[in-house]
Amino acid sequence: MICEISKDVFWVGAVDWSVRHFHGHTFNTGSGTTYNAYLILGEKITLIDTVFGPFAAELLEQISGIVPPEKIDYIIANHVETDHSGALPEIMRAAPRAKLFGTAKCREGLYRHYYASWPFQTVKTGDKLSLGGNKAVTFIEAPMLHWPDSMFTYLDDGQVLFSNDAFGQHLAHSKRFADEIESGILMREAAKYYANILWPLSRLVIGKIAELRKSGLPVSLIAPSHGMIWRKDPGVIVENYARWAQNRPAAKAVLVYETMWGGTEKMAGAIYSGLLDAGVETAMFDINRADHSEIIGQMLEAGGYLFGSPTHDNGMLPNLAGFIHLLKGLRPQNRLAAVFGSFGWAGGAVKEIEKILSESGLALTCEGISAQYSPDPRDLEACRNFGREFGRKLIGAYK
Amino acid sequence: MPKYRCTVCGYIYDPEQGDLSGGIKPGTAFEDLPDTWVCPECGVGKDMFEKV
Repeated sequence: MICEISKDVFWVGAVDWSVRHFHGHTFNTGSGTTYNAYLILGEKITLIDTVFGPFAAELLEQISGIVPPEKIDYIIANHVETDHSGALPEIMRAAPRAKLFGTAKCREGLYRHYYASWPFQTVKTGDKLSLGGNKAVTFIEAPMLHWPDSMFTYLDDGQVLFSNDAFGQHLAHSKRFADEIESGILMREAAKYYANILWPLSRLVIGKIAELRKSGLPVSLIAPSHGMIWRKDPGVIVENYARWAQNRPAAKAVLVYETMWGGTEKMAGAIYSGLLDAGVETAMFDINRADHSEIIGQMLEAGGYLFGSPTHDNGMLPNLAGFIHLLKGLRPQNRLAAVFGSFGWAGGAVKEIEKILSESGLALTCEGISAQYSPDPRDLEACRNFGREFGRKLIGAYK
Repeated sequence: MPKYRCTVCGYIYDPEQGDLSGGIKPGTAFEDLPDTWVCPECGVGKDMFEKV
């Protein structure tokens, strides 16, 4: 189906309904994703990005429905990563006269992916490329949003910002526009994407949004490389990015634990009750049953994090350790944290987690709480009080 | 002269080494780098660096 997203601009991407693990297993998708590529019919036929390699035939088929691929003059590579460049070898074969445009880091990166000597013109922020007639694109480098090579491309005709991975979502859908789908699902996916990919780069997000606003470029359409296209009020997602990047969370809590024989799980339940007593909206996850990408997504708006693990081999259990390692890399700022866990002898998990959280810049708010073997009613009452105390402090900090 | 660390990727700018890939001679203090200079590893600007 041909989809014209703006005058002479066509979505020619692919919907991947099957992918569940992205970036290795760092990002789990609920429904799959899309690889958005766009074709501009100027006097110069221009392709913006490609798709993941296994979808190259779909991309070529989509293009062929509009124009013979050999007529492509320009290919703009906004990002090296293989989910957007993977189809390049096949496209370059199908479009032998095409010339590539990208940043200097893109040029290096594409070579290190494909070891091909394709015609390539390096571009910088502010460079313009005429597509003939009344059409021209302007390039905006976006280093580390989210790779060194990342770039946005702006098409003046129709005021379209091709933002690549910025403002995207891993969301497979038969619709193409954000305003065509339920907004709660959309924003949840956009937040999950931000949290899992862009969160550690928040300072750069703030700077890039300020730069775009200062440039005065009017934007009517934001066309990202994954998920839905922002057509009706594209400013909404920009505002949300600006807010998420500020790291000013709400007085909500996320409680994540791992358990062996259920002792730490009982503690988690009592702490959860205490948080509710304090009036704090709380989400609770057993790390071995919940999806880590979903948990990270929920952490974006929450100001309080609680972690629980029993002691095993003198430290925490390994799957919670992996999750905390993931969270540490995402560099959450301005969050309160507390730790709990059961133990058989000596203990060690609570202290180990507290040490890592401190090093990660999280503020330990209540002294960690432990219970030996299976917590008794007094232990559980202490856990409930621990939850209440944490909840009160959370409300004090963020309300 | 102090070294500076890129807070995004961890690259260390060492004034004694300079940054030959970016045309910066050895012996150039971080403060004297042009405003257009970027991290040679990840491409972010000087404002993302902190003193080591």
